[in-house]
Amino acid sequence: MNITRRQFFKVCSAGLGGSSIALMGFSPTAALAEVRTFKLARATETRNTCPYCSVSCGVLIYSTGDKSKNAPGEIIHIEGDPDNPVNRGTLCPKGAGLRDMVQSANRLKWPEVREAGSNEWKRISWDEALDRVARHMKKDRDANFMAQNKDGVTVNRWSSTGFLASSAASNEAGYLTVKMLRALGMTSIDTQARI
Amino acid sequence: MTNHWVDIKNADLIFVMGGNPAEAHPCGFKWVIEAKKNRKAKLVVVDPRFNRTASVADFYAPVRSGSDIAFLGGVINYLIVNDKIHHEYVKAYTNAGLLVDAGYKFEDGIFSGYNEEKRSYGKDSWKYQMDTEGYAKVDDTWQDPNCVWQLMKTHYSRYTPEMVARICGTPKEAFLKICAMIAETAAPTKTMTSLYALGWTEHSVGSQNIRCMAIIQLLLGNMGMAGGGINALRGHANVQGITDFALYAQNLPGYLGAPGDADADLKTFLEKRTPKAMRPGQMNYGQNFPKWFISLQKAWWGDAANKDNDFAYDYLPKLAGASDVLSIFDQMYQGKINGFFCQGFNPLASVANKRKVGDALAKLKYLVVIDPLATDTSEFWKPYGEFNEVDPAKIQTEVFRLPANLFAEHAGSFTNSGRVIQWRWKAVDGPGDAKDDAEILAALFLRLKEAYVKEGGAFADPILKLTWAYRQPAKPSPEELMMEYNGKALADVTDPKDPTKVLVKAGDQLGSFAQLRDDGSTTCGNWIYCGVWSPAGNNSARRDPSDPSGLGQTLNWGYAWPVNRRILYNRASADLSGKPWDAKRMVLRWTGKAWGGNDVPDMRPDAAPEENVMPFIMNPEGVGRLFCRDLMADGPMPEHYEPFETPLDANPMHPNNPKATSNPAARVFKGDMEAFGKAKDFPYVATTYRLTEHFHYWTKQSKINAIMQPEQFVEIGEELAKEKGIVAGDKVKIRSNRGFIRAVAVVTKRIKALDVDGRKVHTVGIPTHFGFKGATKPGFITNTLTPVVGDANVQTPEYKAFLVNIEKA
Repeated sequence: MNITRRQFFKVCSAGLGGSSIALMGFSPTAALAEVRTFKLARATETRNTCPYCSVSCGVLIYSTGDKSKNAPGEIIHIEGDPDNPVNRGTLCPKGAGLRDMVQSANRLKWPEVREAGSNEWKRISWDEALDRVARHMKKDRDANFMAQNKDGVTVNRWSSTGFLASSAASNEAGYLTVKMLRALGMTSIDTQARI
Repeated sequence: MTNHWVDIKNADLIFVMGGNPAEAHPCGFKWVIEAKKNRKAKLVVVDPRFNRTASVADFYAPVRSGSDIAFLGGVINYLIVNDKIHHEYVKAYTNAGLLVDAGYKFEDGIFSGYNEEKRSYGKDSWKYQMDTEGYAKVDDTWQDPNCVWQLMKTHYSRYTPEMVARICGTPKEAFLKICAMIAETAAPTKTMTSLYALGWTEHSVGSQNIRCMAIIQLLLGNMGMAGGGINALRGHANVQGITDFALYAQNLPGYLGAPGDADADLKTFLEKRTPKAMRPGQMNYGQNFPKWFISLQKAWWGDAANKDNDFAYDYLPKLAGASDVLSIFDQMYQGKINGFFCQGFNPLASVANKRKVGDALAKLKYLVVIDPLATDTSEFWKPYGEFNEVDPAKIQTEVFRLPANLFAEHAGSFTNSGRVIQWRWKAVDGPGDAKDDAEILAALFLRLKEAYVKEGGAFADPILKLTWAYRQPAKPSPEELMMEYNGKALADVTDPKDPTKVLVKAGDQLGSFAQLRDDGSTTCGNWIYCGVWSPAGNNSARRDPSDPSGLGQTLNWGYAWPVNRRILYNRASADLSGKPWDAKRMVLRWTGKAWGGNDVPDMRPDAAPEENVMPFIMNPEGVGRLFCRDLMADGPMPEHYEPFETPLDANPMHPNNPKATSNPAARVFKGDMEAFGKAKDFPYVATTYRLTEHFHYWTKQSKINAIMQPEQFVEIGEELAKEKGIVAGDKVKIRSNRGFIRAVAVVTKRIKALDVDGRKVHTVGIPTHFGFKGATKPGFITNTLTPVVGDANVQTPEYKAFLVNIEKA
């Protein structure tokens, strides 16, 4: 049969309840119990990429809901994308555990601060967190920005605040990050690619 | 990678050294198995440990960690002595015949121009002899004693099979067998692919390890070929993309060298960065540097970057000196850094010498951790018994922890190690109040901008005038960002040959970097990515896996940089006349009018073979470099140096010159030199590596991975275990001069003692992955043990070869 993966699920879920059972000799009226449909048939399928190694395996993420605004989805399954020419549907022991990563008990859910000398975290709002961090940055930049070096060359750098950038961020987030850091004059920048 | 994952299936020999793809890159490794199954390709593995890649190899040989250049130098010598060279290729496509300055010398392990005090080289003599027209001189007979061929031949003549066995501990017969297998691929119709990872880079000679393979692949004629090339397997899914976007100090996006203090103005900067052709008629593609740079300035600062202000050249910071993760932490340790951001990065676990990193973080005024997970770094101030012995009351750092979304929770693109950019779609929202990285950074930036508008402050112009034309300024969309870095025309872009012909209309997206201009009429945030969002739309989202060539090129799947080219240097897959070396694996051919075939040509499309435009278009020479002039910090040809912590008393290549024991040009900070251990106290070679069940310090947060590999262990050979009275399952204590960890001992046949320079050398294998935060059993951080010294060129730390002692805990 020349059907797509998505059509295949649809045929299975629709077909199992009706025609195929009839074909096996059961009359629809006699079949009182409903046949369980595949959960994946009702799931929303999203194409994504495994975030671990640089093979960058294609993955299919199955989640509940239909992505409408007030129906938050939950991931119920992640598997390899059979169309991807590199991994061809396979995943390794790391990639096969992706759902447990996304749903790890150690996911951060809200901004927190650990005050100087304290031994605990305190939950704060995004506004408070961003205001305080931006205030720290501005104060440090204004105090330590070097406009010229000792030879009088314009250098316009701010080296007293540093940034380690993620290699798991997207190209787009990386681009915005580098654009912003350079505009601030930051030079103490590095990334995981180094190590 | 010069090639790409699926292309591995086209190889005749797969040479894996410095990597373990069967465990670290299992789904990419399937293409090795495909090559073995369908092409009868052979797999050779050289590694200190008989790992899972070795377990399916046709031939395996052990090597002492940190002796790779001795091994590979031995291969170069074997190829020369036994005349296993692809002569036609080497003659046409490499610098073998170019003449080197008469002042160039290599004596007693040190190249000419060495400054011992500065631990660096003055490189005036590491250059070609130039003629009156400014081109490099050539001796096509290769007889001149100062031609590259002769210098290389002499340099590697010292790397005899006996010397290789003595330094590496690799049995001579095994070494010679591997040489013979490699040598077979000197035939024009045979190719070898080289697969490597951090096993080559994480050494004080890391870059030169890879240079060795570049020389070997050029001698064999394997660069540019299907099934050939040099292929870095690489780490995170987007480590390639983040490198390309230059999230580090030395470069700007697209590998444009960032300005330093010596580049006082735009003119000086552009002149220094724009190379002149070193041989007649070569493409010297780097000559386009001003177009790439000016277009970047236009993307970032729009109208505020114009001819009158040198395109806002002074808006960019100039780099003072070293600024890599080791030097940044050293500066922090000295109290010179006040604030620090860790975005999806766990330096307490992943940077060398955990104690120094923790002490450095404690000196900060503020630390901001942007991460989806609760990392060890975010709790560097919190006591976790002997895993993290600290007193919070004494640590005055304010620590902010901001929750970020994971891959499944936002859209955007990743670039794999084969340079293929692939779009991803968002599946669900992140947990709680988590936000996208881009949203968090935009929010910070807009707050800063507002403060500078209201209050003023240090040099606000670059902040106030930064292009920020997003529909929702607080939430730039990934589509907008990709369109921005692809670039567009600000005015009509016309054909240089016919100014009446408009190539791109003002306002339209650019189709390729060939359309970039240096007059301010184009924007582009990363020239090598130009074309990814062309007038045709988002090319990274293309999903047509068809492969008419059968080579696995899939040119309509995603988009590869540059210009969707899948195999770099592919002009070298054909002979001088444009005929493929191997018709069965044709990548490119000359059709009589243009270059065509199964890839986007890495050549001017209409450059007829008789024009003699050589394949290495990014090199001003046009040819591949066996001798790399003054481009490396530690020598124009690789030389074996011992790791900074060596089990030997001296470098067997230079036993009488202590200056040449370890890389003379590697940087060592004050205090770190003293923290190196000596073999009398720490007699065993340690090396760190990954497990197939884990990814760095990330998967320890995932329950199923924690079930599969729950706790820290170390691997030791049976002989060492017996000597030390250790049996499998014992708790052991591993000490280096910087600290200790405890772990479970795995006693294995996979690691054997090696006979090195007349003594027995044992190796202790230490997986990374564990720490005090996560779903795995709380444990020590492996990088408690590792030394702070990096590769002389790029400062990648020497995690793969250092000294430890081991005892029952």
